[in-house]
Amino acid sequence: MFQVRIHGRGGQGVVTAAELLADAAFRQGQYAQAFPSFGSERTGAPVVSFCRISAAPIRVREPVLAPDALIIQDATLLAGIDVFAGLVPTGYALLNSRHSFAALGLGDRVAPLPPGHAIRVPATELALAHLGRPLPNAALLGAFAALYPGLDLDAVLAALRERFPGAVGERNVAAATAAHDAALAERAATAGTKERVDA
Amino acid sequence: MLSQIEGSKAVAKTVAACRPEVICAYPISPQTHIVEELSRIVKNGELTGCEYVNVESEFAAMSVAIGASATGARAYTATASQGLLYMVEAIYNASGMRLPIVMTVANRAIGAPINIWNDHTDTMSQRDSGWIQLYAEDNQEAADLHVQAFRIAEELSVPVMVCMDGFVLTHAVERVDVPEEADVARFLPPFVPRQLLDPDQPITMGAMVGPEAFTEVRYLAHQSQLDAVDVIERVSAEFASVFGRHTGGLVRGYRLEGAGTVVIALGSVLGTLKDAVDAEREQGHAVGVLGITSFRPFPYDAVRAALAGVAQVVMVERAFAVGVGGIVAQDVRTAVEGTGTRVHTVVAGLGGRPITQASLRGVLAEAYAGELGRLTFLDLDRAVVAAELAREHAAEAPRAAARTAVRSPDAADTVPAGGAVPVR
Repeated sequence: MFQVRIHGRGGQGVVTAAELLADAAFRQGQYAQAFPSFGSERTGAPVVSFCRISAAPIRVREPVLAPDALIIQDATLLAGIDVFAGLVPTGYALLNSRHSFAALGLGDRVAPLPPGHAIRVPATELALAHLGRPLPNAALLGAFAALYPGLDLDAVLAALRERFPGAVGERNVAAATAAHDAALAERAATAGTKERVDA
Repeated sequence: MLSQIEGSKAVAKTVAACRPEVICAYPISPQTHIVEELSRIVKNGELTGCEYVNVESEFAAMSVAIGASATGARAYTATASQGLLYMVEAIYNASGMRLPIVMTVANRAIGAPINIWNDHTDTMSQRDSGWIQLYAEDNQEAADLHVQAFRIAEELSVPVMVCMDGFVLTHAVERVDVPEEADVARFLPPFVPRQLLDPDQPITMGAMVGPEAFTEVRYLAHQSQLDAVDVIERVSAEFASVFGRHTGGLVRGYRLEGAGTVVIALGSVLGTLKDAVDAEREQGHAVGVLGITSFRPFPYDAVRAALAGVAQVVMVERAFAVGVGGIVAQDVRTAVEGTGTRVHTVVAGLGGRPITQASLRGVLAEAYAGELGRLTFLDLDRAVVAAELAREHAAEAPRAAARTAVRSPDAADTVPAGGAVPVR
């Protein structure tokens, strides 16, 4: 079983991201379970959602306590919440930021992860460019398909097109594809050299 | 159709496939996406021959369902939490008049304090209402139970509540084989009411019944619930023959073979429990799980048979009777009466608190060691409780002193012997 925890803020499509991820996994023939953390839903408030992916039916319903992957939609959460809590040593971390983990003071947190497992993409900027709105979730899912070998970009794009029919879907597809490319480039830059330090 | 779908939407599509003729709902929190999706389905023309009634309260929702059902229409509504409480008077009327309404309850806590999250306090408050109560383990079962519920309700002329954990199931997106209309039509015949409000052949339903017959009416309601035990089991088997999967029924055991300890639960926690029990079995502990799908009627014989030879039961409940303890545990104790099986109640998951495998396995370790008490509150923050009790105790001291002063001999000059108050 592969467990993903998504951190973001109300209004950023955190719950939708988990549902889209589950839908993409379903399209790949996997069992998947997506659910939100059940807080009061307010715009801007910290929100967590979860997604489990497995070749076998999923029965467990507790929150994801030891994620195999983290998707961090909003870097401003890092100051107040230990988003890395429970991340397994072989896990993945995907961060929406123009800045590197090291520049954000998180070098120590991602250093133990295998090379190429912690990457950042400027998903908000890509969303603004392609959607015209700062909704990073679709872009991050495209990037996640570049990070996690179990997820295909085509499945993500199909899930996006079903969820957002028409032009909106195509704009999300463009954002996800651009982020996928950015993530591949970031992986190539960070794999083997651990985290690249920049300003 | 096999879909990756939100629990609420899966239920809505399933209900639509059952072709209800009247759906009534009050669209305010606490409500679910179920009726929202059904309103869309009706408006889009995907469900014809159905009137969607937007009512002004949950009381009205159940009242409209009663009226619709009495005129021979297949009637459906959904609610949760305080919404369920608000319709209670009508809930008893529905069962008292033997109207086969099907209602989803997305289980949520009851305030005060305000809490929108999941537990079973809402439906447990209606355990004696005369409705059948079926609890879903996952969203596949939640969907399937609705198809079975209409069959059971209409065969027995008794209303059925399908209880599914709010948020945990209603908001979970997972794989569901949503029952399709053609298959449902093979399983669920058209509704033929037992009695009917018809202007050409007028009758009165729910009329005054005096002491000379009220007991008999109540007894007949009791008998219909006893009959339901067999019907629920049979309907589940017939459902399996049409749809190819086993859902519903009275109880379902998991790894009960040779189990000395059995954990019993209702609803979505069963999945987490099964994973926990797999891990326990790997460590050599003889432990199993018994899921109770039908809480009303309570399947005493099935529970007793499933627990034959079991030393102890850990009853995990998402609600409790304040000042008493477990609710389901009382029925389980009755079921195992005379067998020597010990029953421990563990109250868990109140107001949306997650029930984790780690906590459940901690309780099981206590149970194996013979250290588990009769009543345990899972993950109770004892420090917070102790601090609050100390604060209350401190605040109580001056009030207790005031009461003592009134009763003490020192106060005799203000309250004359005999208690008479002097008249000025």
